[in-house]
Amino acid sequence: MARATPQRAPLTIRARRLAKVYRVGVETIHALRSVDLDISPNEWVAIMGSSGSGKSTLMNVLGCLDRPTSGEYLLDGRAVSAMSARQLAQVRNKLIGFVFQSFELLPRMSALANVELPLVYAGGGSWWGSRRRRARAALERVGLGHRLTHRPNQLSGGQKQRVAIARAILNEPAILMADEPTGNLDSTTTAEILDLFGQLHDEGQTIILVTHEDEVAARCGRVVRLRDGNVLSDLSVSEDAAGHRSALRGEGGPDRWQAAASATAHEGGSASGAAGERSGRC
Amino acid sequence: MLNPLFYIQAIALALGQIWANKTRSLLTMLGIIIGVASVTAVIAALVGLRTRVLSEFEGFGASKIFIFPSRPEGSARNVYPFERIRLRPEELTAISEQAASVRSITPVATLGLDVRSDRAQLDGVTITGIWPDWHDVERRAVILGRPFNAIDEENARQVCLVNDRAILELQLEADPVGRYLLIGGRRFLIVGVVETLTLTIVPSTNTAEIFIPFSVAVKLLPRDFFMSFSARIGSPELADEAKAEITALMRRMRGLEPDEPDTFRVAAIDQFISQFKALAAGITAIAGGIVGISLLVGGIGIMNIMLVSVSERTREIGLRKAVGATPAAILIQFLLEAITLCAVGGLIGVAIGQAFAFGLTKIPGAQLDQAEVPLWAIAMAFAFSGLVGIVFGMFPAIKASQLDPIEALRHE
Repeated sequence: MARATPQRAPLTIRARRLAKVYRVGVETIHALRSVDLDISPNEWVAIMGSSGSGKSTLMNVLGCLDRPTSGEYLLDGRAVSAMSARQLAQVRNKLIGFVFQSFELLPRMSALANVELPLVYAGGGSWWGSRRRRARAALERVGLGHRLTHRPNQLSGGQKQRVAIARAILNEPAILMADEPTGNLDSTTTAEILDLFGQLHDEGQTIILVTHEDEVAARCGRVVRLRDGNVLSDLSVSEDAAGHRSALRGEGGPDRWQAAASATAHEGGSASGAAGERSGRC
Repeated sequence: MLNPLFYIQAIALALGQIWANKTRSLLTMLGIIIGVASVTAVIAALVGLRTRVLSEFEGFGASKIFIFPSRPEGSARNVYPFERIRLRPEELTAISEQAASVRSITPVATLGLDVRSDRAQLDGVTITGIWPDWHDVERRAVILGRPFNAIDEENARQVCLVNDRAILELQLEADPVGRYLLIGGRRFLIVGVVETLTLTIVPSTNTAEIFIPFSVAVKLLPRDFFMSFSARIGSPELADEAKAEITALMRRMRGLEPDEPDTFRVAAIDQFISQFKALAAGITAIAGGIVGISLLVGGIGIMNIMLVSVSERTREIGLRKAVGATPAAILIQFLLEAITLCAVGGLIGVAIGQAFAFGLTKIPGAQLDQAEVPLWAIAMAFAFSGLVGIVFGMFPAIKASQLDPIEALRHE
């Protein structure tokens, strides 16, 4: 086990009864109904679920792009659910690094300038020299030390995603949030990017990864499955894989899987207690 | 709160945007460019004209005062017949003797007469009756011969002065002093040649001029002839004092009651200067109005293009927000972009205006060779362009800053 007493370590994410309700015209959409989630430092969590399950909404709320309608969310010990747009922006800048499916690099800027972007909004006096140095270090960390001045259109898909990852880890965020980071990549590149995530995880990075690919989830330590805005299951990757496979095969497995899922759902409050058994690393 | 480099980067980014969309940016800036170029050129022309006018007026005599008959404004001709308002020789004498601020004074009484020389005959030449002091008042010395003196005046001697043009038209020899002219059938001895001064700002053609003593002119003129007085004062600063003194003296001479209006006018050169200044201010105001309209149109263009830019770059805005851009940072970025667009337009406008101003100086006969764009005009043009950027860039910038990051990132 990596950590003997993970429940004593300060939680990176502590969410209680998170709910998000959208009103589209007269219709009310419960994107999140009641989600409890604890994530400890250096965990690598996959969030899975079919479309409409609420995984994007959960990602947005956890990434402080959106505020929950109700519920409590502590990020790195900070109550972010009541923050203003400006404070949320600063939280995103300092505590969260985003990686998107479509990279979201600014086309007219070099890789270096793209990676620097968070520092532009970081405030305080960081000057060209230190900014450049940090951006270069981040690019070297993702193995792109030789592509500093290339523009996005001169880079391959995998390289673009590496630039995006370098940008995300620049401010040493508490969480690296990746939304389908391999969705636009072929299998070889996917493996490379997942190796990179693995490397960052080994270096101590907490990672939340939204995906619908089992192969991607298999690389993570823990898999959270959502359905209809609720947590369906929250298991270590080995348990999840077993349950999921047997559920697919329709053998006796479903009971165990369902049981585990319902246990998590019912005892949401004790999720931190279960964290110990779950935090097994892959 | 924001890193100072943020501003530099935002401006660099804005310049990059302009460069990446050259045609679009240029078309957008056209309104600003035209506005700034036209105001720059108009101001340059006015500055040139003003410099020219002021220097000429000053050279010509800022310490000159004119007195001429004037019917009170709005009064009927029969209430103030010419006989009541015309200047009289005794008024001239009174001013000459009693007005302490007046250094020298001369009547100017003109009549048109036929003139004959040995070789040529001219009809209707302007003959001006003057006092010897005229040389001092008008600052016109003689080139050849001698000026008029008191004896000419007192004895009403039949002598005359001519200018270069009269020499030419009457086909006199280069030095006509000692020759005779037949003016209105009388023989006049040419005693001198006076130099010709012309105001280049007033397009005047140099005409033949002949001057005779005032005492002689009076005999040739009708009984109720028209004349004006020209006086020279010690210095231009005394103009107001001199005007007041002469006005009081004239009113006393004419026995005007305090509630009666002046039946004459006393004007100094500075009055013409202030009239010119008022005219220049009027032209500036009209030009300002035109510029205001083109800046308004330009501003609407800027607003339009900024809205397009915000909608084109919605994903970029979303990303910037995701990596920590506050609404204020996005607002400032887009505002700076609008201001940069306007400032670049202003810069091009000033450059074109400068080129216009330079072109003005090269127009022959336009008297605008001193046209130049003053620094304050450049500063003002920039300030206004920037202001247009702020005013018309504000709405798109607010729109950008209020975008929801999630929506923005999902935008296609």
